[in-house]
Amino acid sequence: MTPTTVPADSAAWDALIEPDRVHGSLYTDPAIFDAEMERIWYRTWVYVGHESEVPQPNDYVVKSIGPQPIIMSRDKQGEIHLLLNRCTHRANLVCDAAKGNSSAFRCPYHGWTFSNTGKLLGYPFNSGYGGTEEKRNLGLGRVARVASYQGFVFGSFAEEGPTLEEHLGGATDAFDRLVELSPTGKLDISAGWLQHEAKANWKMLVENETDGYHPQFVHASIFSVAKSGIGDLYGEKSTAVSRDLGGGHTENDLRPEFRRIDEPMGWFGTTADRLPEYVEHLQAARGPERAREIMIDGAPHVMVYPNLFIAEIQLFVIQPLAVDRTVQHVTAIQYEGEPQLNRRMLQQTIGSVGPAGLLLADDTEMYERNQRGVHARTPEWLVLKRGTHRERRDGDGFTIGDATDEVPQRAIWRHYRELMEAGDGDGAVAPPAVPTANGSVR
Amino acid sequence: MSATAATATAAAELLREVEQFLYREARLADEHEYDAWEALWADEAIYWVPANGDDIDPTRQMSVIFDNRSRISTRIKQLHTGKRHAQTPPSALRRLITNVELLDPDPEHPDDVAVGSNFLVYESRERGVTLWAGRYEHRLTRTPEGELRIAYKKVRIVGNDRPLHTLAFLI
Repeated sequence: MTPTTVPADSAAWDALIEPDRVHGSLYTDPAIFDAEMERIWYRTWVYVGHESEVPQPNDYVVKSIGPQPIIMSRDKQGEIHLLLNRCTHRANLVCDAAKGNSSAFRCPYHGWTFSNTGKLLGYPFNSGYGGTEEKRNLGLGRVARVASYQGFVFGSFAEEGPTLEEHLGGATDAFDRLVELSPTGKLDISAGWLQHEAKANWKMLVENETDGYHPQFVHASIFSVAKSGIGDLYGEKSTAVSRDLGGGHTENDLRPEFRRIDEPMGWFGTTADRLPEYVEHLQAARGPERAREIMIDGAPHVMVYPNLFIAEIQLFVIQPLAVDRTVQHVTAIQYEGEPQLNRRMLQQTIGSVGPAGLLLADDTEMYERNQRGVHARTPEWLVLKRGTHRERRDGDGFTIGDATDEVPQRAIWRHYRELMEAGDGDGAVAPPAVPTANGSVR
Repeated sequence: MSATAATATAAAELLREVEQFLYREARLADEHEYDAWEALWADEAIYWVPANGDDIDPTRQMSVIFDNRSRISTRIKQLHTGKRHAQTPPSALRRLITNVELLDPDPEHPDDVAVGSNFLVYESRERGVTLWAGRYEHRLTRTPEGELRIAYKKVRIVGNDRPLHTLAFLI
């Protein structure tokens, strides 16, 4: 693949991204990767962690935004901070535990100490600085904006830009649906994360998360031996739809199939009578009718651009480290106060995901094979045409296609191009357009 | 022969038997002899590869593998389909097993043999070469005929709190 430089104008982007095909160098060019960090990862809202990962005052956990190490801390007042894990003195890492509880971080190099709000509390032998005047300006670096939605904490390095809710746009519904499945409305993201490394570009992962075309091929082995019905959800005859939620957010909406099958908890591969405690709690919280609807519809399958994949019972977080190196973090979603259901969700997740997962090991093999293939000199393009002739609008005005169509992949690249074209200057990125029910865009 | 000497001889014989069992298991895994490998397992068994430390609670925390006997069987069946892409083609493998040590029996299973060992697996596939190091903890039980079977196998991978590449072979 011919190395490129980052396109300088719209015409140059035309040579790399078309509405239904993209150039292979976008997955291999280190200059493109560097530009992506600046224009996407260090500008837009990126998912960092969940409030339940730091439940108590002074809890902290080390997270990331792409290659940047981030400390997510909760101060003693309960407010959440996203701090850069870098001493303001001579750049040492101030925190080396993966998580813990502490009101302060002390740099091991010269003993500078910072509160969990980022403020510099002190440095040893301070007469060497002629006093403590400097302290005020030497707090830890911060992610400029921090906001959360339904307990999901996002950060943006841009001082200004769309609000988190504007950024999430059509994807907010996925979070609302997810927490509604919890009788208390709360999730408990406390099962720890597997870190699965792929020798592949991060966009391979993003595009695969809502690719409804691959399951019957990549996962045929496990569907056949586990007698799973999942494959049929992504078949030619499936009534499920693929959806462009705007803003690069995409969905495989399986609800049409689950509603047709009409089996409460069928989405989780089981039946309501196997989970009596959960069913009772959900009915008490939402009323029997709504509880039944929730148990039919199940949890969302939505890729929140650029790095959070809500995969029914799991959360995946995509972390790009280099143009050909990505870590996928994954954990089981747990609902507050539901041990019976949580145990099953955890065991199903462990079986499916991570380095040895019966599903994800094969997805990751595909990412890595793609990454090797995309270096071929010819052809230079990846084709994303599937379902262009049958794209349509749903009742909410979102573009949808059949379950196996490449509506999500085209949507991801359209958004990518907008972000990349906006440049790495101070060009503001407009929030995604929210379609209205009559199909117009407001 | 004194009672002490007899005990020492029995212990040496047991160690030798257990070592040979571990070497056989390793060879069958390295050579993708899936059915023969699966046949080494007891009817009830746990195959556990923890993550983020070695002493987590697998019923509450994520593991790399936490298979009961039925899921071990599913894993093997998946490999047999020939469409387990992460093992198509299978990884080229050789592993060394050393430091084999008989451990104090698990009080809940006093008749089983507890054994610890260290391993180093050299894996080569299209992705490149990956080295996997760690410690095995086996609990071996006996069939009515006296043959050893794996009732419990814990695989403590060095660095299980860091990113790991795909691990789709039998470790």
